Amino acid sequence: MRLSCTVNGRRVSLDAHPMARLLDVLRREAGLTGTKEGCGEGECGACAVLLNGQLVNSCLTPFAHADEATIITIEGIASGDDLHVVQEAFLEYGGAQCGICTPGMVLAAVDLLERTPHPTEAEVRAALAGNLCRCTGYMRIFESVLEACRRLSASRA
Amino acid sequence: MSTWLEGVDLVTPASLDEALTLLASKHGARPFAGGTDLMVQLEAGHLPPTRYVNLWGLRELRGILESPDAITIGALSTYTDIRASELLAREYPLLLRAAEETGGVATQNRGTIGGNIANASPAADTPPALLVYDAELELRSSAGIRRVPYATFHTAYKQMTLAPGEIISHIRLPRRAGWRDYYRKVGPRRAQAISKVCFAGAIWMSGTTVRDLRVALGSVAPTVVRAMEVENALRGRSVDEEIVAAAERALRSEIKPIDDFRSTAEYRLRVAANLLREFLSHSR
Repeated sequence: MRLSCTVNGRRVSLDAHPMARLLDVLRREAGLTGTKEGCGEGECGACAVLLNGQLVNSCLTPFAHADEATIITIEGIASGDDLHVVQEAFLEYGGAQCGICTPGMVLAAVDLLERTPHPTEAEVRAALAGNLCRCTGYMRIFESVLEACRRLSASRA
Repeated sequence: MSTWLEGVDLVTPASLDEALTLLASKHGARPFAGGTDLMVQLEAGHLPPTRYVNLWGLRELRGILESPDAITIGALSTYTDIRASELLAREYPLLLRAAEETGGVATQNRGTIGGNIANASPAADTPPALLVYDAELELRSSAGIRRVPYATFHTAYKQMTLAPGEIISHIRLPRRAGWRDYYRKVGPRRAQAISKVCFAGAIWMSGTTVRDLRVALGSVAPTVVRAMEVENALRGRSVDEEIVAAAERALRSEIKPIDDFRSTAEYRLRVAANLLREFLSHSR
């Protein structure tokens, strides 16, 4: 099937099997390889994207559900060369190691901050519970997200 | 294109009526909602090749409605929808507990309560809560609507009283007051895990006497189960150590956990008994 959707602010027309994984369509048809495949069964969160403002695992999302949708992938998080405050904090606080889980972690964190601008550490942990990091870097990831919250609060104050 | 997409199709109807017509007219056509279970089967090459009818987006199957004697939940309500409902939080808190315990945020945004029931996993997290709330399912097909008590819905492992072409459209929960609820899921880790044992209970006390109660468990039998023998051992009794011990014996004879890759029968029995004791200690 051919359908239209908005990916990272750009209107695109894509053609794929209606049951194809959104993950594969984004990577192969749209050329957006920032979205990673980890487990391929919804356990690890590496393939997370925002679909109509909701965090979803793109490996479990059929292409047909992208019809007329607004999608944001990791490539759409920065504004040009200006990194998102979450990305900056991940860099500075060592939140990224091998990098496979990082796109999903960043999207889950961005999604959390949209819904809950002042999360507690417990809320950060719950929001990232669906994202696995096999470099065992969770503490630095949590610190990165909490630092991003502090910077966002300071910039809004 | 993956080879397992051959023979699979996904069609998107514009209305519930059209969906039911598609499900009725195409032999073997099956419903597809948020995809959190079916897409895993697809990628594993286990999804039966047939036509799937895309229910996602059908507004007739969404929403949580209130009437004087019941709350009706659209089967396409996601875990996120359930977690956001103040009505459910007030009257059916175990459903929120179950929704919180199911997967991470991304799964909660896509997984639906109807799908959780129809996937018929004995390890699902919402069914034990639905059992203690005496849920009724509203089933729809092109032939009409019927209601069945959820307690009779699952008949054997992955078997249910759902006719071809029929879908779960709504979940109806009768309203009641004065009951105390309990829910606890025990899994290998606290987040995003499949349960080893899941226990839901509700109890209505008059002093120290149990006027009525419901006990339901997941992951201890081929289906989620309501523990009727446990309920019978406790109903009308005053909760003391002797009665608790009798209830525990009833539980141990009633549930049939197995050894599998997630846990052992012995561990599941012991944990289930401990959860029963915790539930009863909270009720006093």
